[in-house]
Amino acid sequence: MAKYLLIESRDPFDSNDTGSYQALAGELVKQGHKVTLFLVQNGVLPARPGTKSQGLTDAVKSGVEVLADDFSLRERGIRADKLVAGVKAAPLDVVVDQLVEGRKALFH
Amino acid sequence: MKTLNIIETAYRATIEEQDDTIVWITHAMKGAGADLSVLLRGNAVNYAVKGQDASGLSFGSEKQTHPPMIAEDVAALMKKGVAVYIAEEDVAARGLERTDLIEGLKPVSRAGIAKLFDEHDQIWNW
Amino acid sequence: MAEKKTLTFAVMDAAYENARTTTALRLMDIAARRGYDINVFAYEGAVTLPFSKQSPHPNAVHGRDADQEDHPLPRKFIAGLMKTAKEKGGKVDWINCGLCVDERGVAEAIEGVRRGSPGDLVKCAQSSDNTLVIGTR
Repeated sequence: MAKYLLIESRDPFDSNDTGSYQALAGELVKQGHKVTLFLVQNGVLPARPGTKSQGLTDAVKSGVEVLADDFSLRERGIRADKLVAGVKAAPLDVVVDQLVEGRKALFH
Repeated sequence: MKTLNIIETAYRATIEEQDDTIVWITHAMKGAGADLSVLLRGNAVNYAVKGQDASGLSFGSEKQTHPPMIAEDVAALMKKGVAVYIAEEDVAARGLERTDLIEGLKPVSRAGIAKLFDEHDQIWNW
Repeated sequence: MAEKKTLTFAVMDAAYENARTTTALRLMDIAARRGYDINVFAYEGAVTLPFSKQSPHPNAVHGRDADQEDHPLPRKFIAGLMKTAKEKGGKVDWINCGLCVDERGVAEAIEGVRRGSPGDLVKCAQSSDNTLVIGTR
């Protein structure tokens, strides 16, 4: 089992590639790996429940740990206590923690 | 350390640079001894299309003398021993057939991409 | 004290163009405060980040003169990271891709920045605990 950190900076309103990235996260879990999907920048926008949040819900259901950068949330006025179910606010420090943990890390 | 370079952005500043800068840096890193593979996905699958022609541009009196030849550069990577994978679904979505593409590519499905990650120590998503 | 680690970042975005630069600098800040050794390979537009001739300006829309505006300059952020890293027992080795510097005419960089090549990214990655590539679009 390997550990992965997938950082998502894009949002589904602006990019139609976020779905592929979420699906990749799910596929890695399906293949037995531990995966964190860390949302940052506009990547946190679908964490506010809305029309394009289903991908995150699916990722959570498939066993992906979905975290949203607390600064990016605050910057956009998204309340950390009103996120899509299963998505948690987290400090960017988590990314550095997981980098030094040696996770295979991608920035999208 | 085996590294997978993912190339997905396509035709970004390729005229100004006369290259795709990630295909280029892959060549340079290979030359510096790196153990690399490449995955073309998203719009970058178009880099493998035969018959691309960016020649003939001029800006006032200034002519571009070396237009980018990206498919050739991708082929050259393979000649150097760099495995070049290409995302099958992205190829099909863009209306491309296998015969539209240069030889030597290794098609990979979405599920296969996850397995490909497993075979590499680092994944660099450019 | 936290165990010393080494991280390598490859960045591509030019100054003032994208939030990815802010994220990259934030990550380096966290690493610097932990006293890590940080390698940065600046490729393409990112070689403008430590350009020493960036200068502040006023902001008439907000009625601020240059001093009041205190406009962010990436070169100062990078110098700040280098200072903090050193204070905490680490360092920042910022490498500007030389050809990228030449074509953009930004050879004047702040102290602590050196000119390099893709071979440096390979060397840094091979000697780091991990590498994160933040590409551009």
